[in-house]
Amino acid sequence: MAKQKIKLKILRYTPEKQKKPYWSTYQLEVDQDSTVLDVLNEIHWNIDGSLSYRRSCRSAICGSCALKVNGQNILACETPIHKFKGKKLKIEPLPGFPIIKDLVVDMDNFFEKLRQIKPFLILKKPLPDKEFTQSPEQFSEIRESILCILCGACTSSCPSLWSNKDYLGPASLLKAYRFIFDSRDDGAMERIDMINDRNGIWRCHTIFNCMEACPKNINITEYISKLKVKIVENSI
Amino acid sequence: MKVEEAKYYHQVDTVVVGAGLAGLRAALELARNNQAVGVITKVYPTRSHSGGAQGGIAASLANVAEDSPELHMFDTVKGSDYLGDQDVIELFVNEAIKTIYEFEHMGVPFSRTEDGKINQRPFGGHSSPRACFSADITGHVLLHTLYEQCLKYNVHFFNEYQVFSLLIKDDISRGVVAWDIRNGGLHIFHSKTVLLATGGYGRAFKITSNSFANSGDSLGLILENKLPLEDMEFVQFHPTGLYKHGILLSEAARGEGAYITNDKGERFMKNYAPEKMELAPRDVVSRAEQTEINNGRGINGQEYVYLDLRHLGAKKIMERLPQVQELALKYIKTDCTLEPVPIQPTAHYSMGGVPANIKTEVLKNGNGDIIKGLYTAGEASCLSLHGANRLGTNSLQGAATFGRIAGKSMSEFVKSNAYESLPSNPLEVANGKISSLVEGSGKEKHASLREELQKNMTKFLGVFRNEKDMLTMKQKIKELQDRYKKVIIDDKGKIYNLDLIEAFELGNLLVFSEVLIEGSLARKESRGAHYRTDFPERDDENWLKHTMAWKTETGVKLDHSKKVIIYWDRYPPQERKY
Repeated sequence: MAKQKIKLKILRYTPEKQKKPYWSTYQLEVDQDSTVLDVLNEIHWNIDGSLSYRRSCRSAICGSCALKVNGQNILACETPIHKFKGKKLKIEPLPGFPIIKDLVVDMDNFFEKLRQIKPFLILKKPLPDKEFTQSPEQFSEIRESILCILCGACTSSCPSLWSNKDYLGPASLLKAYRFIFDSRDDGAMERIDMINDRNGIWRCHTIFNCMEACPKNINITEYISKLKVKIVENSI
Repeated sequence: MKVEEAKYYHQVDTVVVGAGLAGLRAALELARNNQAVGVITKVYPTRSHSGGAQGGIAASLANVAEDSPELHMFDTVKGSDYLGDQDVIELFVNEAIKTIYEFEHMGVPFSRTEDGKINQRPFGGHSSPRACFSADITGHVLLHTLYEQCLKYNVHFFNEYQVFSLLIKDDISRGVVAWDIRNGGLHIFHSKTVLLATGGYGRAFKITSNSFANSGDSLGLILENKLPLEDMEFVQFHPTGLYKHGILLSEAARGEGAYITNDKGERFMKNYAPEKMELAPRDVVSRAEQTEINNGRGINGQEYVYLDLRHLGAKKIMERLPQVQELALKYIKTDCTLEPVPIQPTAHYSMGGVPANIKTEVLKNGNGDIIKGLYTAGEASCLSLHGANRLGTNSLQGAATFGRIAGKSMSEFVKSNAYESLPSNPLEVANGKISSLVEGSGKEKHASLREELQKNMTKFLGVFRNEKDMLTMKQKIKELQDRYKKVIIDDKGKIYNLDLIEAFELGNLLVFSEVLIEGSLARKESRGAHYRTDFPERDDENWLKHTMAWKTETGVKLDHSKKVIIYWDRYPPQERKY
């Protein structure tokens, strides 16, 4: 495999040592088809072991390694460095979340918002002996929304969230969609009450950043729009 | 960073270590019964590697073709190459159906048949379409649903905590000690029961489908406590790993009809498993692939063959196998709707692990004696449900079903047992490990040791094994263990110290790998995933038995007296052909 020399900047921050984050520059040689994660591993394993970041599956399903590279939120494990051809890599943590250390951010608030929309089937009917019946068409209503890996790339890219930290954000709203539009669920009204709130769905100004940031190409804005229509229909 | 006293102490009836399918299902079982449970996980729960499972979860629902638990049992027994314990398998196939309906009632979004039932697809080694699925993200949707159910029942999570030691004394489990990755500091978890559900050990290999987290932490901790591991020699190599990356391409591809071809464009499985072809079990297909590669029939003579999906058509691929399509495209720029995908065998599943009985209680020997209060489920465990080779889709089912059973067993235990006292110096072991890695005077780097381990394990303990290779690896592992004592980390800080976690994990990899090697050397036969070119036949007369292995001061101690549980009247060992 052909090697190439690269130079990059990483935003570093060790709260035990520094008051605020700073840029650190690295030069190294990597395989041409390296991913951003390969580069981070190479630095962490062979240049500076104190660099911290999250990663686990390296196959774009666990959602650990969302980062910001050259202004875009991406998954480090699936993004080849040649995507940023000719440009010096500039790697920083997901914006909008507090930094814990280096590229690791605090996602507790992100998961707490998920909890708020009651992310579980709410049933008011008796359980059948076997499965609930759901047609392939009904399943296809939620098929794309269940691809969400909760990486936070969308929520982190949302200007509405930058200006209001209490806004539920696209990932939670997508999860609300996934349950409200599940043919088996009886909890739509409870969830609609929750998201039809001043920190809820109306903070979405259809900016589409979330859609662009989503590594799974989920049409998040469209699903949020469908939710808005549903809320309006319900209030008439 | 200084060694410290016990600042943080938690008392909770049950501690679950690991938040994959087994751990979450157990935690949910306890929480639903109003039992106190804390889940300790080194990654956020939704990051667990159960989410990497793609193709399906087995249960004989008979939604699309005739099926029965008996057929599921026969397939699993045969798939295990007769090493699976048949009482465990019988319980499993019967409980599997209940597990699926429970999942569906929780809200798992399964793909559907035209008449609105859970859809099922064929899978390797299963004689009926039995894999319930959600496109090719089955593990992902199961994991997320279980996590969400745990939120519903207010399960308490300790996210990003790494267990550093088990508190076991006089054959009684008393809790664990864990490092708070995010803030630093050791925490004592004093509990009546502990569940080890930390997943598999594929990270000992270079080419693997496993996540970084799959470092077999429980296994290292068990060996450290002078307890045995079972059947560690059985490592499943999945036939459709993405070339060079090892990343999994779901067996669902073949379930939906994909071919595997060699350099001549032949579907070579006709020479190895004429009846089942590409849907033979994984051990059979991986050996066939490796044989083609070794005989120069890899593509252009290289170390890979092709997975060909083109004839399935783009519509079916995008609907049923979107993740397969995405992975091939993103990682090796191959559009599988238009081109065949380069694949090679990849270390995938760990059949061996922490020995447990049918109630998931951890065993201290081959005689059935247990460690009181200690439980294990999922890939970390060896019950032995999968024997010498696991069938695809039986892993998610095994993790979920035995997770539930573990929850039930622990629930009963905590009701009738009091807290046992902690050992006198509970932090001693954990502190020792940390100070050695932080303050040692050596010069070794964990990354280079890990690289050497993985490269050599893939080379010497892979699909085909022989005595000479394994003896070479035995020497190598000793050298690496010695060098590990001199490992020092760069990062001396307390907050999110990834360096510390990786160095700790390497310690576990090195200790259980030795047991894996010794178990493989001792087993002079070929069975399931363990194939020896110097002993190519299965030998029921001498080797129809489990391996129990302890780490001692002088090396690995093996015991082969633990018998396989076989229903001789129903499923006696037969020749295994597909």
